[in-house]
Parts: sequence; structure tokens; C-alpha cells
Amino acid sequence: MKPHRRKKLGIIIFIAAGLGTAIGLSLFALSNNIDLFFTPTQVAAGEVTPGQRIRVGGMVKEGSVEHDQDILEVSFITTDYNHDVRVHYAGILPDLFREGQGIVAEGSMSPDGTFIASRVLAKHDENYMSVEVKAALDAAGNTTGMPPGAMR
Amino acid sequence: MIPELGNFALILAFLLSILLSVIPMAGAERGNLLWINLARPLTAGVFVFLSISLLILGYSFVADDFSVQFVANHSNTMLPIYYKITAVWGGHEGSFLFWTWMLGGWMLAVCIFSKAMPDEFVARVLSVMGMLCVGYILFMLATSNPFDRVLPLSPEDGADLNAALQDFAFIIHPPSLYMGYVGFSVVFAFAIAALISGRLDAAWARWCRPWANAAWAILTLGLSLGSWWAYYELGWGGWWAWDPVENPPMITWLLGAAMIHSLAATEKRGVFKSWTVLLAIMAFASSLLGTFITRSGLLTSVHAFATDPTRGVYILVFLALIIGASLILYAVRAPSLRSEFGFGSLSREVFLLSNNLILVVASAAILLGTLYPIVYQAMTGGELISVGPPYFNAIFFPLMAILAALMAVGPISRWKKTSPEHLRTQLAKVAIAAVVLGVLIPVLLTLELPLGVIATTILAFWIIFSMLKDIRSKIANKPTIVAGLRSLPLSYLGMTLAHFGFVITMAGACLSSIYSIERSVLLQAGESTDLGAYNFRFEGTRPVQGPNFIADEAVVVVSRGGEFYKNLYPQKRLYTASGTPTSHMGIDGRFLRDLFTTLGDQRENGAWSMTVYVKPFVRWVWIGTIFIAFGGILAASDKRYRQFKVKQAQKLARMAGPVADNSKTSPAMTSGMDTGGSGA
Repeated sequence: MKPHRRKKLGIIIFIAAGLGTAIGLSLFALSNNIDLFFTPTQVAAGEVTPGQRIRVGGMVKEGSVEHDQDILEVSFITTDYNHDVRVHYAGILPDLFREGQGIVAEGSMSPDGTFIASRVLAKHDENYMSVEVKAALDAAGNTTGMPPGAMR
Repeated sequence: MIPELGNFALILAFLLSILLSVIPMAGAERGNLLWINLARPLTAGVFVFLSISLLILGYSFVADDFSVQFVANHSNTMLPIYYKITAVWGGHEGSFLFWTWMLGGWMLAVCIFSKAMPDEFVARVLSVMGMLCVGYILFMLATSNPFDRVLPLSPEDGADLNAALQDFAFIIHPPSLYMGYVGFSVVFAFAIAALISGRLDAAWARWCRPWANAAWAILTLGLSLGSWWAYYELGWGGWWAWDPVENPPMITWLLGAAMIHSLAATEKRGVFKSWTVLLAIMAFASSLLGTFITRSGLLTSVHAFATDPTRGVYILVFLALIIGASLILYAVRAPSLRSEFGFGSLSREVFLLSNNLILVVASAAILLGTLYPIVYQAMTGGELISVGPPYFNAIFFPLMAILAALMAVGPISRWKKTSPEHLRTQLAKVAIAAVVLGVLIPVLLTLELPLGVIATTILAFWIIFSMLKDIRSKIANKPTIVAGLRSLPLSYLGMTLAHFGFVITMAGACLSSIYSIERSVLLQAGESTDLGAYNFRFEGTRPVQGPNFIADEAVVVVSRGGEFYKNLYPQKRLYTASGTPTSHMGIDGRFLRDLFTTLGDQRENGAWSMTVYVKPFVRWVWIGTIFIAFGGILAASDKRYRQFKVKQAQKLARMAGPVADNSKTSPAMTSGMDTGGSGA
């Protein structure tokens, strides 16, 4: 092999090895860090292992938000108008969190069937519904039973 | 009537850009001087009509012309005048017009600052940019015209600008981000023009470099402003969330960083030619991808504009067309771009290659994480997932650590071949000093063994000491330090400054993520909470009236060691026109740490929920980016990029034998950035 060919080959092997390692590590990191999304109906069907980090999304059920008066704890029901999941959250809710609006909660199911959220997401634009929440409602097939305005 | 004039100007700009995309290109192909010379006037025409169009949209906002749909959706009579003007980029249609106008601005800049380049090449570049312009304006005219009217029943008042956007940063973040983003289309056009003409040599790289540097530096500022804005506006206490819409500009930024390094090697040594071109295409493609993600509503994000499938499809087709055509052109032409391979396995070329490899891998990993939810959904038939910050951090931080470790070695190594002895003599003391100080300082300051902090400090000293060493050896033969520093070329100073900025940003990112603390509490008026060395006492709230909002403002008294330090005033605002609540943080920003308070909601018994944060070193993240951007601008303004035509004959002669020329220069010269054809 001519020297410059050998050099070229060396560079190609160098790049390939670098890329290979990187892709391998990326995929490994990816497989450990994806958060699956569940609808309240899927949760009710028992598809979720308690303790697993997941996302749950749906509408905040009207009249379900309970603020604790002494500690920060908030609890509310997220629903796809078919099944409900009670969510507990010890933090500050986003500005656009309100009853009848779509939210996504990140966290895990506790063994008693409530959801312990580490983060609650609402959208910035109130005319905008999260893809995940919309999917949850579509999956429930119950978009007609929703209050007016929820589907804007 | 006036908005119709805006629409009319847009159509004229469209027609002119069609001419621009055809005539100068054909002229350059046939050697028709008249057609070639039309490039500049046509570009000026496109810019003028785009400007008229933009001004008229701005006028419609100022005049509260709610018969214009876009104005009605994004403004309100109560909106302060500065937000009325900037609301032009407060929504999809107007921001796209603004984006296109930015492209026009870059095109005009190419017209003006291209005296050193042959007219035929400039004609090709402007033609390619004209094609982009055609695509953008057609997109507006077909799917999202900012001048669409609501007639005859136009609303009495507008729906108001999105409350989250009503902030000072909104005035400066989108322009700088767009300007940087769109600037990459200049480099893209240079690359395409080079592929078409087959001319891709050191001169091409030299023309390209200032544009690439400028676009990248401005994008740095835009990203940094966005991060700073998110930090103080969104109120979650962080400065980077790996949000699907934050990621594409980050990808563009990383690819741009790879490109400016690869361009340096192409200019100085004639290596990596086809790779540089590919990077230019990829960087531009990623900027289009960012547009697509923001404007198609495919991914959920805080930035997503209201969704409309036709827009997504249009951009996707445009993206496929542009990228497909460029890659085909690349596949046909790249084999003819002969790169030199004359460098050893330990040389600056190899370090630059490693830099490129790391940056490209980092951007690919971010792209993977960003698009994976879409791909997963498509493959599993609708299952939804999200990829969170842990993934991105797990990939990004190690890669940046390797990059930082190499950053000290690359600039000090020599082109073509560096002996291990050279590196050893240059870096042995640097390494020892970095390790000793990097361990001692954190341990003495904290009386603990904070491993993350130690690693950060060692890397930071490692880069900074190596930079100082390099500067010292460069100016060793000058009488004074000042004279020495003056003798260094701007492009070298720019590089050093940008690397210094990287160190600051890296240190800020690492230290603030290690040392930040926060506490969420529920407080009655008069109650207080401790965090770190600080005590936060809540004194209750008071009503505040803004121009277009009402707010509850909390008074939080911060004391340290029992002594009063400062009052912070976080607010909970309600924008009356849209009925949107937003939070306004109370922040005390200092060089070494930020105090940060956000107000939550009120309970029935009168208590308020709030979160308090102490965030050491967080400012460094943004301070560093200022250095990075300034370094990029400094490098772009090096006058050697503009001296071409004057010494054209002379330099062409020298370029014929750059390898021979370089190998004879002295070691002190070769170790600099500024070798090969520019020493004079």
C-alpha cells in the first residue's frame, strides 16, 4: 500500500472507530432515558409498573384540584374522560395550569395507584394542545364528551 | 390599502428573486458579463422590496390596523409601542417575513463586502441565495401571508401579543438568532457556488471564513440570549432544557463550530475540502430543519407556533428539494475536489479532525434524541415517548470534556507534523500546573473532595495555561508585551478569545449545575425559609398595575448572616387582553451567584407557594458566550480576508506551492494560526 493510501485508511479507521463508539454510546444512553407516555386509560388497565419513570397526560378534571393548606403539596385528577388518574405534586404548577386544560405530568406511579409527579408541564400558548394530551383524548375516543373549548 | 402595498412589494421581491436565481447563474455559466453584472442590482432590488414589505407590516402594527389578520392575532391597542413594532416577529407569518428579510440583508452584505472576489463567483453565490429567497417568499405567499385581511368584519381590538413574549429579550433574541441562523445560508451558497464552478481552493476558503465566523458568532449570541431569556422568564431555574426547539440551533451551532475549524485547515493547508463543503451543507440543512420543527408543530415545545399541516409539508418538501439537490451536486462534484493528505498522525490537522469528529458526533446525538420520538411514533404506530435531559447530558458532557482536553493541544501543535517532544516541552509544565492548581483550589476552598469541580477546574486551567504559553512563545521576541500582543493577527486573537469564552461557559455550566440549590415552600406573610447562606422572608404581596397587565407582587426580604441584604420582587402577572397569567421572577444577579425567586399561587388561607434558588456561577454561562461571539467577530474582521484582489497575482503565485512554502517557515511561525500565504 502506498504511504498516502495508508494514511487515508488510517484516518478512515480513526473516524469509523470514533463514530462507532459514539453511536453505540448514544443508543445505549437513549435506551435508558426514554420516557414512555401513558394515557389514563392505559394506566387504569394496569400497563404501568410502579416506580418506572413515565409521562401521563390528559385534561385536568374540573373541581379536582386540591391544594393542601399547610404544605406545598397539590393533587389533581388528570383524565381522558374515560378514566382518571390522581396526581400528587409537591411544587409550583405552571402558569397555564388550570382546570379543563391539558397537561403532561412526569414521574412515576406509586403502588397505591396514584401518580407522583416530579414535573408538571402545561403549554405556553393556551390555544395549543400538547400532541400527547390530544393522543390521550383521541385514544379514549371520547372527544365529544369534553367541555366546550377544551379542544380549541 | 397600505397592507396591499406590502403584499405587492412582497410579490415584486418574489419576481426579482426569480430573476436573480436564474440570470446571474446562467451568465456565470456562459461568461456573459452583462448577466453576471445584474446580480448586484437584482439583489439590491430584492432587499429594497422586502424592506418595504417589512416596514409596511410594522406600520400596520403601529397603526393598529386590525383588519390585517396577523396584526389582529398578535397585537392590541394597549400594547406598548416597542412591543407593537417587535410583534412583527411575534408569530409565524411575520417572523417568516422577518427571516426572509434577514436573508435579503445577508445578500446585500455579500454584494457590498465582496469586492475581493471575482464577479462571476459572486454572481453564483447571489443566485443560489436568490433561489432560497424564491422558496421562502413563495412559502409566505402560498401558505402564510402576513398581509392576509379579515374583511369586512375586522375585529375592534387585537388578541394581544403572547404574554410570555412581552419582555425585553423578545426585542433582541429573535433578531440575533435569525441573523445567525440565516447567515449560514451565505456559507451554504458559497459551498454550492464552489461545487458548481469547480473552484474550491485556498482562496475560496479565505472568502468563506469571515462569513462563516460572522454567522456563527451571531448565532452564538442569539442562542445565548435565548438561554438567558428562558432562564429568567420561564422560571424553572435552568438555562438549557434540551427542548426540541432549542436543539436544532444547538446542532447548527455545533456544525458551524466544526465548519469554521475545518475551513481553517482548508484555507491553510488545502485539506478537508470536500468535508468542509459537506459541513456547510449540513449546517444549512440543520437550520432549515429547525425552521421545519418550529413551524410544523410536529414536536411539542414551548416555541411551537400554531400548527398548520400544509406549512409543515411545504417546508419538508423545500428541505428535501434543497438538501437533495445539494447532495446530488456534492456527490457529482466532490470526487474532483482533491484534498492534500500531507500530514502526519500527530499534527494540527489531526487535532482539527478530532475536533470535527467530536462536534459532529455531538450534533448527531442531539439530532437523534430530538427526532427519536417522531421516529418511534412512526415505527410503533403511534406510541408516544419523550427523550429527556438525562440522555442529552449523558452524551454531551463527556464529549465536551474530551473537546476541552484537546482544545489545549490543538492550537499549540504544528501544521503537517508535530513531534511528541514539541508537545511535551510545550505542555508538560502546563499539565502539572493545571493538575496541581485544579486540585488545590477546590479542595482549599471547600475543604472537601468535590470530584466534578476538580475535573472542571483542571480542564479550565489546562486550556488557559496552554493559551498563555502559546501567546508567550509567540511574542517572546517582541520588546514589550503590548507590542507583542499588537503584533498578533486578529484571527489568532479571535480564536484565543473564543476558546477563553468556551472555558468560562464550560466552568459556569459545570459549577452551576453542581452547586445550585433550590427549595419550594408555602409561606404565609411574615414567614421565612433558609437556603444556603441566605434567609428569604416573605413580607406579603401588593397589587401592581402595568401598561397592559395587573400583577401581585411579593416582597421577599433576603438577609445573610442575620443582616439585611436585598429585597426581591417576584410577580404573578395577568395580561388583561388575553387573560394569560405569567410569572415574573425576582432575581439578584451577581458575578459569582444568582438569587432567584419565583412566585407560585395563593392558597385559600392566604399562603403563597414560591420557589427560591441560589445558583452560583450561572452568569458565567452567558459571559463566556459573549467572549466566544466577540472572538468570532474579531476573527472575521481580520483584514487579511479583504486584501485579496490587491495582491491577487502575488498570492496566487504563492498558493501554487503552499506546502513547500510552509515547511520552510520557522517553528515559531508555524505554530500560529496565521501561516501559509498570509505571513506578509
